[in-house]
Amino acid sequence: MIELLYWQGCPSHPEAKALLEGVLAELGRDDEIVMTEVKSDEEAERLHFPGSPTIRVDGRDIDARGANERPSLTCRIYYLPDARVSPIPSREQMEAALK
Amino acid sequence: MSIELGTEAPSFQLPSVDGSDHSLDDYRDAKLLALVQYCNHCPYVLAWEGRLIALAGDYAGKGLQVVALNSNDAARYPEDSFERMKERAEQLDFPFDYLYDESQSLARTLGAERTPEVFLFDWERRLRYHGAIDDSRDVDAVSRSYLREAIDALLAGQEPPVTETESVGCTVKWR
Repeated sequence: MIELLYWQGCPSHPEAKALLEGVLAELGRDDEIVMTEVKSDEEAERLHFPGSPTIRVDGRDIDARGANERPSLTCRIYYLPDARVSPIPSREQMEAALK
Repeated sequence: MSIELGTEAPSFQLPSVDGSDHSLDDYRDAKLLALVQYCNHCPYVLAWEGRLIALAGDYAGKGLQVVALNSNDAARYPEDSFERMKERAEQLDFPFDYLYDESQSLARTLGAERTPEVFLFDWERRLRYHGAIDDSRDVDAVSRSYLREAIDALLAGQEPPVTETESVGCTVKWR
């Protein structure tokens, strides 16, 4: 199962979803992306949500580096292969998680 | 609702990471003043941070003063505390002032909504450009450098080619 958890206060999830859909298409997969909106600090705690967006494949966060950050309604920090900061995971992270 | 173009810069007196308080009047010698709603924790701020540092350095001798403002609720976002601001500024040797708007009053007066979000004031301290630093958080995809274009135009005595753009970033974290 592929889950994309997001917080509406961060504008990054549509871009993350589009990239994820593109990677899935390239890999010839037609998995459904289960979208879950996180609306409160309590939900963030309950869902172990370290920021928006968070993508999990079969329950495993595709970005181990940030997976255990404090649950929070925030934009999540990712790092691209060249070490630049990004508000969404890299294509490479998605591909690695889905292969 | 953000302040409208032509609005006079609001007065303020806020603590800086340099250990002193800074007021609007402290920047009276600058031809242009860029107030940038800012913070530590937001990936959009971090994505643009290198460009803002470069811009502040490039125009420092040309009359531009960049002032970053952090108004986020540090109780909920500890990364944005005053202590962490000091650490960030020291770590990256910010070439601009970094002020702590703990009461959030300046952000509310400006009508700031996002980080990063730019308010560029001219020599009369009237708002002349409001919005994004440029048109992409991805430095390799930038095609319009709105803030640089506005600064260049104003320094040349001309109208900024673009005066308002949408700021893309994290929301200001209100109490």
